Amino acid sequence: MRAAIVVFPGINRERDMAIALERATGHKPRLVWHKETALDGIDLVVLPGGFSHGDYLRCGAMAAQAPIMAAIRTHAERGGHVMGVCNGFQILTEAGLLPGALLRNASLRFLSQDCHLRVERADTAFACHYQSGQVFRAPMAHGDGNYFADDDTLDRLEGEGLVAFRYATPEGTIDRAANLNGSARNIAGIYASNLRVLGLMPHPEDLVDPLMGGTDGKPLFDGLTQALAAA
Amino acid sequence: MKLVVTVMLKAGVLDPQGKAIGQALTGLGFEGVGEVRVGKRIELELAETDPVAAEAAGAEMARKLLANMVIESFKVEVA
Repeated sequence: MRAAIVVFPGINRERDMAIALERATGHKPRLVWHKETALDGIDLVVLPGGFSHGDYLRCGAMAAQAPIMAAIRTHAERGGHVMGVCNGFQILTEAGLLPGALLRNASLRFLSQDCHLRVERADTAFACHYQSGQVFRAPMAHGDGNYFADDDTLDRLEGEGLVAFRYATPEGTIDRAANLNGSARNIAGIYASNLRVLGLMPHPEDLVDPLMGGTDGKPLFDGLTQALAAA
Repeated sequence: MKLVVTVMLKAGVLDPQGKAIGQALTGLGFEGVGEVRVGKRIELELAETDPVAAEAAGAEMARKLLANMVIESFKVEVA
């Protein structure tokens, strides 16, 4: 799997992502500056976390207009895999590659802590090394992670099985207490209709080594590497 | 020509910031404060001199960048 990480000004999680990808694939991902315009020979494009353009106007609004976005759109339209984490998720929604929007956390607090995610389906390239219904731990660090979409869109996401992960208790219960940022229907991550574009707020890339405090995020990267090996 | 674009969260979209401000105002002793909504005011200087064309340009800017139509609505006024 050949992976690229897009670097926007103000992004700060690209090195964590590079470590996680290198661990899984055995080679360094390509770092692509946001002003570049080509993504040739890439299987997976990752938009990492951070604060692109200082979160000016809205989180991800400026980055969604970057020159590289046309290439990301083309890559996605060709059926290429794309993953946006945290600010990357916000950028994907601002660019219209995923539905909905990320609002200010309902508590108004910046949340920097671990959360638990329940895997809603395991038959995707991203989740194939998890089990459906499995709960894993992931760090979160965001001020605007409150997923919002209108009811029709939420019903469609659920009906088409496009909810990737939900905030859950460690035991897997989906309740209000587990939903730290107030997201609609506890949604932490969603897929595009073809299941090849994923956006999620928490950071699986920050739990891929026992030295980081756990390896809960590792199956995501190992699964992707295996699923896209033939690509 | 100067344009003012006002961007507000749509009705039905939770505005925790507005809520916090409302609670703070009540805490300060202001009575009868109902719902508070917070938005953005964006002032733009345009070379365009025709107000109708300027307004149309402002609406296009709002749809493409200044507002996120999933969660926000906007109003364009020639100042």
